[in-house]
Formats: sequence, C-alpha cells, structure tokens
Amino acid sequence: MTPPLLEIDNLRTWFYTDSGVARSVDGVSMRVDAGETLGVVGESGCGKSVTALSILRLIRAPGRIEPGSAIRFEGKDLLTLAEADIRHVRGNRIAMVFQEPMTALNPVFTVGDQIAEVARIHTDMSRKEAAAKAVEMLRLVGIPDPERRATEYPHQLSGGMRQRIVIAMALVMNPALLIADEPTTALDVTIQAQILELLADLTRRLGTSILLITHDLGVVAENCTRVIVMYAGEVVEEATTSDLFRHAHHPYTEGLLGAMPRVGGHAERLATIPGTVPAPTNWPAGCRFRERCEYAWERCEQEHPPLYQIGEGHVSRCHLAVEPERRANRHVPIAAQVGAGAA
Amino acid sequence: MDGASVRRRLVRDTRVRIALVVLAVIALSAILAPHIAPYDPKQQLDITHLNGQPPSLAHPFGTDPFSRDVLSRLIFGTRVSLAIALSAVAIAMTFGTLFGAIAGYVGGTVDAVLMRIVDAAFSIPTLLLLIVVIALWGDIGIVSLTLLIASIGWFTVSRLVRAETLVVRNADYVVAARALGMPGWRVLVRHVLPNVVAPAIIASTLAVGNVILLEAGLSFLGIGVRPPTPSWGSIIQDGSERVSDLWWLTVFPGLAILITVFACNALGDALRDALDSGQLLSSFDDAPLSS
Repeated sequence: MTPPLLEIDNLRTWFYTDSGVARSVDGVSMRVDAGETLGVVGESGCGKSVTALSILRLIRAPGRIEPGSAIRFEGKDLLTLAEADIRHVRGNRIAMVFQEPMTALNPVFTVGDQIAEVARIHTDMSRKEAAAKAVEMLRLVGIPDPERRATEYPHQLSGGMRQRIVIAMALVMNPALLIADEPTTALDVTIQAQILELLADLTRRLGTSILLITHDLGVVAENCTRVIVMYAGEVVEEATTSDLFRHAHHPYTEGLLGAMPRVGGHAERLATIPGTVPAPTNWPAGCRFRERCEYAWERCEQEHPPLYQIGEGHVSRCHLAVEPERRANRHVPIAAQVGAGAA
Repeated sequence: MDGASVRRRLVRDTRVRIALVVLAVIALSAILAPHIAPYDPKQQLDITHLNGQPPSLAHPFGTDPFSRDVLSRLIFGTRVSLAIALSAVAIAMTFGTLFGAIAGYVGGTVDAVLMRIVDAAFSIPTLLLLIVVIALWGDIGIVSLTLLIASIGWFTVSRLVRAETLVVRNADYVVAARALGMPGWRVLVRHVLPNVVAPAIIASTLAVGNVILLEAGLSFLGIGVRPPTPSWGSIIQDGSERVSDLWWLTVFPGLAILITVFACNALGDALRDALDSGQLLSSFDDAPLSS
C-alpha cells in the first residue's frame, strides 16, 4: 500500500484565551490518499477550519499546535519544517480555497496581478510570463474573455467569478493537495453547483487531492469518496460516503442526516439536533455529544468513547458500538429537556 | 470601494474643488516665487523712506519696519511655510505608518513595546518639548526644524494605522496570501500597507494645516524660522510690536495662514467623507441582493 499523501496524527490545536484554553482541535487524526476527495463535515465551531489552517501552520497566537501532533505530507512532517520550507509547501504543494470569495481577494490589486503573484513567489518567472500564466489560469477556470478580466479589480466581478479566481490562484502551481474550506457556502445554489463541478473537473484532470470542508452533506454526497464527521474538536465518525449515508453509526451523524432537507419528502418541519456545541474551553467529560444525544446512558457520562472500529474503513466514537442494544432505548436528550418550554 | 469611485465622489464635492483651486494657487506662487515676487524679499529697499509704509500701488501689502516689500516676503514665505509643513507631514506619515503597521502586523511583545513608546510620547506636551529643545539647541536651521516637527507628529498616525492593521491582518486576503506561501514582509508591504494607508492620508491632510499653524506659532515666538528668511509666522513676528499702526504686517500673512489651513482641513474632511462612505458602500456590496 502506498503511503497516504497527507496524514494527520493526533493533531491538537489549542487557543490560550483569557477565558481559558480553547481546545478547538483535540486529537484529530485523518489521512488523504492521492487523487481522492475527502469530505470533512461538522457544524460551526467543531474545529474543521482550524484543522485546515493547522495543516499549513497558519495558526496565529494565541493559538498553538501542541507538541505530540504530527502532520506528514509527501514524507515530511510539516510541523517541524523550517519557516522557509513550509512557505515552499504553501501555495505550491498544498493550496487553499477560502469560504468568502468577497474577502479572499485583495481589493487594491487586479485579479491578474494576484494570480501572477503566486507564480512569481514560487518560480523565477518574469513579470510577463507570470501575467501570461495568469491569463492561462483564468481561461482554465472558465472565465470568459480572460485577457480583459485579468485587468479588472475584484469588485468588478460577481461572487461566482471571484471564487473561480480564488481557485485559479490555488491551482497555479498545480498542488498535490487542495484544501477547500466551505468553498461554496457564500454562493447561491446554481453557482455552487458550477463551482463544485469546476473543482471536480480540474482536480480530475490535474490529479489533485481535495480536502473538502463543508457543513453541507449534500455537497459531500456528490463530491467525496470518504467522509469524516467532526464534533467538538474530535473526529466522531469516518466512513466511505455510501457507507455513511446508508449505515450512519454515530448519533450525531444520524442527526445531521435527519436535518437534511429532502426533495419529495413530506412538508414536515426539518428535524434538528437540540442544544448547541459546548464551549471549547470546557469540553464535558465523557462523551462530548452526550447532552444532545437520544441514546445517552451512564457510561457516556463516565467514559470518553474511543474510536471503535465498526466495519471496513468505518469508525465511530460512540459506545453504541459495544452496546448496540441501547439503540432501542431512545429518549429525549438532556439539552431538549432543559429547553422544554421552547420545544 | 475603489479609487475610481472615491475620485468621482471627491470631484463632485464643491468643498474639494474650492480647496484644490486655493491650494493650487498657493503652491504655484510658492514654486514661481522668484518670477512673480516684485522685489527681493530680503532686500532693504530704502531705509529712510520706505520703512513701515502702508499698502500702496508700488507695494500692495505695504512694507515692513526694515523697508522690505511685504508682498514679496509673503510669496517667498509661502515657500518656506509650505516646504516645512509638507515635508514634516510626509516624514511623520511615512514613519508613523510603518511603525503602526509593524506593531499591528507583528503583534505580541513587539506590538506592546512599540505602543507603549507611543503612549509615552503622547504624554509629553509637544509644544513645550519643542520650545525646550530649540532653546537648548540654539539657532536651528529649517531642516532641523522640519525634523523636530515631524518627530512629534507621527504618534497619531501610527495609532490610526495600527488600529486599521489589526482589522486588515485578519482579512481573508491576508491569510490567503500567507497560505499561498508569501513571506511575512511581503504580505505586509503588498497586502497590508496598501489597505491601511487611507486613515493615514486623511490624518496627514488635516495635519498639514496644523503644522502650518505650529510653524507660524514657533516663528512668531521667535524660535522657528530665523530672520531674515521670511515665513508666514516670521513676517507676523516682524510686525508684532506695532500691530496697531503696521496692521498690514499681521493681516496679510494671517489671511494666508487662515486660507491655507482652511483649505487643508476642508480637503481632509472631504477625503474622510469620501473614504468612509466608500467603506459603507462596499459593505453594502457584500449584501447578497447586489451580487
């Protein structure tokens, strides 16, 4: 078996804030194989974006990647690389696409300049060659009339076009891994589909792997081969996409699937998961999802569940793996009992 | 917000047009001083017959007690006053912008140390400091005077720029630039600085007026520009002891100061309005409806 392209091992990224230590990413492990698209899902604050920023070591004080964490990529541990070497990885071997195309581009430079700049950082291209490269990239991401568009400023372009520019910037150096952090969240639905299509098409042609971060399971279903579900700074379930949709194991994953709108479904109210994610400065002992869980019992309070192997390539951080009969015992979660008046 | 729309908003502003015309006239007279001044500003024309003469056709702004032509001195004084004000502000702005941007961008201990320096500087009464320094230093030239004025003017700019940098450094495009492998100093120069200079420019435009006043004040106190070099303040100083009978020595340079400061402030205000409402508009640009 070839080693994975990216392997994250026990990543812990903590933020030392005035209100305590926020353990935003708390022991996350995952791998991305060459050519695959791995989806990472979870609600806001579960640590998925911090994980992404940690891979490129873009965490600023008061945040810190704790010792004992390891991120291996193409045979190197990114966490121990010298500053100059990690810069050579950023934008060159691993590139990132951000959520907000409105703000991910610098308002004072033309988009052509911004794409050309990436080439000029990582190669010794002349100004002219880099400008030509920028136009070529604009054409590649499907911008009509690329010569003219290259001379325009971000505010002259629509949201969808800006996201294409951001993707063009990310792909200039033909990276081995593309980290896409909610690349379509800020766009409307038809543009979303186009952008995802574009990403899938480009990466298929260029052989790029994608780490696709999203809170939208629909996006995962259409684009990813494997999925990792994160909750409260941890991986709670990992499976192939088809496995996850058919045999979700973790109650949180079940909740996420239940909260998805379905075409042709009855016009009932969408299911929700009661309660909110606990504060990262104060993760509860035991299972971190316990208070919002329909199955929780005493064990969940006392024992922090490990990642149980429950099938081929399928793991779940839930004690139901060893006490499956408890699934019959559904009850109202604690979080919903507290807010009973509102429900 | 972009350059073009700010420019459009500015030229539509009547204040801006008037201010620009006034400043252009003043700047032109400074540049063309040797050609438009009727006399040599330092020449004592006729000590017996032309000392302290009121305005006449030959000397529209009168003559001073040393029988020099006040109009010529005023025109040449524009050079001195403007040169001091513009260079002092340019130096203060450049230094203050770099200081503030580095403090804000690097953050942590560097930020804390740099900002405590600024706090300390703020706690010193600057006019008093200037007077003490000049008194101890003795006779200082125009260059030293400019540097001294600049040295007390950069704190405000550095605070403004630091505040703006704290916002911009977390902007997605700055994180994106780092994610693309750009070295820190290049991110600072290419992506942070161009986006934080707006407040510095506004502050500087307003500061030009203040520095003109400061220079006039120092020269009036006799510790700024030294005779026989004319500046607006030193001309007033020449007539200060006989304000009641030699009014033209106070009124004309006073008007020059008034008009220039007024124009600078009007321009600064208009610039602030244009850039601020620009920010307001650009936040509307982000609303989903307009995209």
